[in-house]
Amino acid sequence: MTSAPPLLQVRALSKGFPGVRALADVSMTVERGEVHCLLGQNGAGKSTLIKILAGAQAPDGGELLWCGEPLTFRHPTAALARGIATIYQELDLIGGLSVEDNVFLGHEPQTFGFSKRAAMRSATRALLERLGCADIAAGAIVETLSPAQQQLVSVARALSYHARLLIMDEPTAVLDRGEVNTLFRIIRELAADGVAIVYISHRLDEIRDIGDVVTVLKDGRTIGERLPAKTTPTAQLVQLMTGRNVEYPFPVRPPASPPDARPPALRVAHLSRQGAFEDVSFEVRAGEIVGLAGLVGSGRSELLETIYGAARATAGRVLVAGAALRAGSTEAAVARGIGLAPEERKRQGLLLDDSVFHNVSLPSLGRFARGGFIDARRELAAAAGVLTSLDVRPADPQRIVRELSGGNQQKVVVARWLLRECALLMLDEPTRGVDVGARADLYALVRALAADGIGILLVSSEIPEVLGLADRVLVLREGRVIAESPAAGLDEARVLDMIMAGHA
Amino acid sequence: MSRPIVAGAPPRSLRSRLFGLHNIGLIAAFVAIVGAGSILSPYFLTASNVLTILTTASVIGVISVGMTFIILAGGIDLSVGAIVALAGVCATTSASQSLGWFAMVAICIAVAALVGLLNGVLIAYGRMVPFIATLAMLVAARGLAQHISGGVPQTVEDAVFNNIGSALVLGVPFPVWVFAAVVVVGWIGLNRTTFGRRTIAIGGNAEASRLAGINVARQTLVLYIISGLCAGIASVLLTARLTSGSNDVGNLYELDAIAAVIIGGTRLSGGRGTLAGSIVGVLIFTLISNIFVLENLPSDIQSIAKGVIIVAAVLLQGRGVSSK
Repeated sequence: MTSAPPLLQVRALSKGFPGVRALADVSMTVERGEVHCLLGQNGAGKSTLIKILAGAQAPDGGELLWCGEPLTFRHPTAALARGIATIYQELDLIGGLSVEDNVFLGHEPQTFGFSKRAAMRSATRALLERLGCADIAAGAIVETLSPAQQQLVSVARALSYHARLLIMDEPTAVLDRGEVNTLFRIIRELAADGVAIVYISHRLDEIRDIGDVVTVLKDGRTIGERLPAKTTPTAQLVQLMTGRNVEYPFPVRPPASPPDARPPALRVAHLSRQGAFEDVSFEVRAGEIVGLAGLVGSGRSELLETIYGAARATAGRVLVAGAALRAGSTEAAVARGIGLAPEERKRQGLLLDDSVFHNVSLPSLGRFARGGFIDARRELAAAAGVLTSLDVRPADPQRIVRELSGGNQQKVVVARWLLRECALLMLDEPTRGVDVGARADLYALVRALAADGIGILLVSSEIPEVLGLADRVLVLREGRVIAESPAAGLDEARVLDMIMAGHA
Repeated sequence: MSRPIVAGAPPRSLRSRLFGLHNIGLIAAFVAIVGAGSILSPYFLTASNVLTILTTASVIGVISVGMTFIILAGGIDLSVGAIVALAGVCATTSASQSLGWFAMVAICIAVAALVGLLNGVLIAYGRMVPFIATLAMLVAARGLAQHISGGVPQTVEDAVFNNIGSALVLGVPFPVWVFAAVVVVGWIGLNRTTFGRRTIAIGGNAEASRLAGINVARQTLVLYIISGLCAGIASVLLTARLTSGSNDVGNLYELDAIAAVIIGGTRLSGGRGTLAGSIVGVLIFTLISNIFVLENLPSDIQSIAKGVIIVAAVLLQGRGVSSK
């Protein structure tokens, strides 16, 4: 072969985290000037691969070749210096700074420490012009721009490093149709200039539109390499993404109980929230597990928040055990027997520096208090009882929560609502950051809670989890329920097809 | 290692509840200063000087109790010094004085609680940052105090009121009793009640507390009222001791109180700390002032010493936490 080596070659890359093998064997070849789509379910290893390419994490094994040369770096700036720029899903711009300051943040043109503002401004203008968006002023403050414009500023920033490989992680999640077209035009122009683009998206229609080749990851392995993006049949892609190696031990689903006359534990009637979801209606009966499947950004978490009163609905209502729930008050929701294990456990769920039993008793303090004075012995005993029944380890209720593993922290959040004797438990991504062994525990626990008559509303990005655990599944796409069905009547490929392509 | 759970075991040892492990440096500093004082002056450890120290500490001490609650909850109250002045001025106008000593005390505390309520409304329901809301209140309250008093100290004629600042009860000055009472009530409130637990929870993670069904806004409102109340009690003690109300008093008390709470081991971002630590912090500052007065040392050196103490205490705590 006389032709130049490929721009980037990834060979047998592996990476493990405690309890999780994020990448097992990933290979990938990226050529100059191509749009290379990366496809895979949540947990397939896409994010880890990007982080390694961006230099934010070091691989455990395997090798990276850049234009045929071995590539090692331990720091994001090293990747940028080589011409690898990454645009993350959550934009990492600094809202209070101007466009030009953001573009050149960390590599400002300067003499003796004084930034050359005129040079920065003209260079920023040139970049924005190249992107065909000269209407964005170089001096504009970034947080005053629309999400789409901010996305373009991120692209300009990447180009300011003379990027030869641009990694884009779900860049269209926040864009409307017209903005997506602009972005695609820019991607095509960049590719025509010889810039390679690694493009990550869950939307098959986009991949067909913009992509040249597709690499499919599954469970940390490359399962399909350099497939033609335009012509590979959808069925084949979905099949590659779903054929699982890891089997999750789901508890046995009991036979559907006959409908009873009591009002459902939760009824959501025509609930809408501007910009998040629209006209959502469903029920959760006592003892039933209802799963919500949908992509990040489909409105799942927002729906739970709104039911729970942490955010206000713009229309519709929520009924608990047949009676309307006061909107916009978490206090009211908890008083009526709703519990929420939020998506971001550490940020939204736990007092990390406080003891396990203080975390567990937080919503139930009133039960252990007389005239506002807490009976700490009763509190500790009750919390310890719940913790034992959930087999939280270490079995020490005075341990600081921060020191527990992810799975045990999740159990602490669930224990909180068990102690509160809630009638409806909403679980948002309950197994995120939880290793495989602890997952089995959590699954068995959720099923046992349902058997005790608690209604469960489960949100998960992992379709097998929803299908394996739930009795009934709602599919949410772009803020709307597009399907509702008993879980037994669905399979993973069909649900994936629905949430990605919108086929009901 | 898994320890068996003993139901009904005391939640924590008394020592850890009072001080926490990371406060050993604080105790050491306290002991060192007491040691230094007793070496420098034979008068230092006499009963009368100890009572003088406690009487002096009572004003900032009472304020620091409220400030501990506020900082534990992740807030800050910069207006307490100005509240002391405003409440004192309101209680000593000729109209107030004509109502007698009891009304003067009631007015003092009510005005302070009202300002605290206003702080709380701005922060809890107006979604203002506590630093900004209470900074604005600091400026406005002091201005109002000057407006009411015309910038002239108002002498208190009522002997009963003035006695609050100096009378001895069982040989101990009345302000020391008040200080002790506020500390005890504060300690119980913080460590034994749902209110105290929720205060710490909010400071540890406000979002998680809200999602656990705690009414964070209402809790915040009550906290700022408590801080105002404490400033009002402090104002009664100070006004009685000075036997006059003036818009000039209480300057920088907020900084003294915040410094005492921080060197006492409470995390400035909230969620972690002890009331006992704050009280030791107040005593350390008062001891230093006392030693400087006894030794006739200039007050500028005293300020430098206080600054060094703050830095040293926080450095020691940082080490204690990170090595844990």
